[in-house]
Amino acid sequence: MRVLVIEDDVEAAAYLVKGLKESGHTVDHAADGDDGLTLAMSAPYDVLVVDRMLPKRDGLSVVSTIREQGNETPVLFLSALGEVDDRIKGLKAGGDDYLTKPYAFAELLARIEVLVRRSNPDQVKTKLQVGDLEIDLLARKVIRAGTEIDLQPREFRLLEYLMKNADRVVTRTMLLENVWEYHFDPQTNVIDVHISRLRSKIDKNFDVPLLHTIRGAGYSLRAAG
Amino acid sequence: MQQGNLLNTTTFRLALIYLALFATSAIALLGYVYWNTAGFLARQSDEAVQAEITGLAEQYAQGGLAQLVHIVIQRSRDPRQSLYLLVDAKGSVLAGNLGRRPGVDPGPDGWMDFQYNRLTMEGSEVHSARARAFPLPDGSFLLVGRDVQELRSIENLITSSLAWAIALTVALGLVGGVIISRNMLARVDEINQTSRNIIRGDLSQRVSVAGSGDEFDQLAENLNEMLEQIESLMTGMREVTDNVAHDLRSPLNRLRTRLEMAMMQEGSSEDVRTELERSIADADHLLSTFNSLLAIARAETGSMRDTMTSFDLGELVHDAVELYEPVAEDAGIACIVETDEELEIFGNRELLAQAIANLLDNAIKHGSKATCGVPEIQVAARRERGAVTVSVSDNGPGIATEDCERVLGRFVRLEESRNTPGSGLGLSLVSAAAQLHGGKLKLSDAEPGLKAVLRLPVRAT
Repeated sequence: MRVLVIEDDVEAAAYLVKGLKESGHTVDHAADGDDGLTLAMSAPYDVLVVDRMLPKRDGLSVVSTIREQGNETPVLFLSALGEVDDRIKGLKAGGDDYLTKPYAFAELLARIEVLVRRSNPDQVKTKLQVGDLEIDLLARKVIRAGTEIDLQPREFRLLEYLMKNADRVVTRTMLLENVWEYHFDPQTNVIDVHISRLRSKIDKNFDVPLLHTIRGAGYSLRAAG
Repeated sequence: MQQGNLLNTTTFRLALIYLALFATSAIALLGYVYWNTAGFLARQSDEAVQAEITGLAEQYAQGGLAQLVHIVIQRSRDPRQSLYLLVDAKGSVLAGNLGRRPGVDPGPDGWMDFQYNRLTMEGSEVHSARARAFPLPDGSFLLVGRDVQELRSIENLITSSLAWAIALTVALGLVGGVIISRNMLARVDEINQTSRNIIRGDLSQRVSVAGSGDEFDQLAENLNEMLEQIESLMTGMREVTDNVAHDLRSPLNRLRTRLEMAMMQEGSSEDVRTELERSIADADHLLSTFNSLLAIARAETGSMRDTMTSFDLGELVHDAVELYEPVAEDAGIACIVETDEELEIFGNRELLAQAIANLLDNAIKHGSKATCGVPEIQVAARRERGAVTVSVSDNGPGIATEDCERVLGRFVRLEESRNTPGSGLGLSLVSAAAQLHGGKLKLSDAEPGLKAVLRLPVRAT
């Protein structure tokens, strides 16, 4: 994937570029808002990673300008301003996701993957399958190896999100934001408890586990371990 | 302020004091007027009687009783205001224009006031009279007096005029006092109202200046200047918060990224990876503490006010309980939830979600050490008059009453909870969230356990 990183903090940008390249992405970097805007408009990218506070032109202005030009590239905002209103401003300006500094690199990677996927129009599927696990979003049914599994509404939404992002790493924060719409970090690791309950329903009694814990990052639903 | 409190206002008290002074001066002045008019006439009439008595005494000394009878008969014919009566020792009237002795005894000063029938053209009228009387050496009795009917009428006229004047003075003073007080009160009230709005967090409000340049205007201007300073300090604080957030999080971010990158290196031993993981966990703890502090500072400066919306607090409580219930179950704690329908409030949804989550988190952490019976958490959201309350109570060890206020401070961790994870900022955030909405967080003894009640006005103003 082609990623454009617009970030003025030299060291943070260097790590970001290095990390993304090691994860197999093609990365360009701009150190201020004007350069960023020029690059974003001149070449096609799969995703833009934009810092909010930039010299010459701030991140909000960069994104709202490219949106006015009809450029629909998914945008992930990075910012040290993590308050509710800041995030809302970012999303209103045309951002697709918002990550507060400091972030776990795994979190950033996971979000970039999900963003790019979201911009692809294969989202309209109403039935999803991972291994022998099937979910029917219209009938709200979950079946594994021919056996129907009974899930609570929230468990269903959790599984739906995991299946829509199958084979990708999904972080705890992403689950909190997308399944519970919570934008803060609860002190207790509540997500782990919910995941273990879901796991006991979809993986227990089956030989091949589908719901994997990724050390230091989060979870992933995949057929092959 | 209700007008019922008018009597308690300084202005009204001042008005009353002025009124008392004014009324006293008016009474003194009118008393002097009385003394110089009605009083003067009365004194004059007494002096005339006294002069006549002196004259009659001389006649008696010269010519005895016969001479006196003669003079009294002569003077009684005169249809003026003078009254005479001369009675011999046996009580028969010898001379005079009074029919009989008045039935009153003279006062200590020798004067007597009485009523008598005066013959007029139309018949007789009861008149007031004032006279002196004394026995003569030969046993007879002489009375000399004056008809004071007119004098009394004049006196009555003057006294009633004076009474009316005083009553009017007092009434006008009172009415004037009330009107002035109300006008002044209206301005003080306005200043108070604005102050209350500002206390509730709307720092943009200013006290209105009437433009007359009086003391109230000066007060308003001083208050407004003070508010300008407070507002600029608040703005400054917010900028500092933002800058600190940016400047401190950036190096922390780099630190964290370095640790992560080091962990990604192939070939690092398991021990090193474990150490790195621990360092990352430490960095995360540091960051979450830092984020909580920033959130509290933001809530306290009221800068989250811009993102308030209307939403149902009951749903928010149910969502939070649903998120935490499995955690509670794993800890062997039962959750009992009761919420009223339609608990619509206007506020910052995310901050309140975090506040409720913190309360649940706390209850689960401490409630699992239930001192008696089955550990259980009771959560309730209720509608009260103009407010909504969310209460979370556990039956754990609870908090001593004297610590209930203290634990709301930043970084306060009681000895009993030293061993549980946490930063000591959870309840501070709930308290700050309550303040931002013009509400209050109150901790009390649930007997056993702790009861936390978050009270929020329906509309944070």
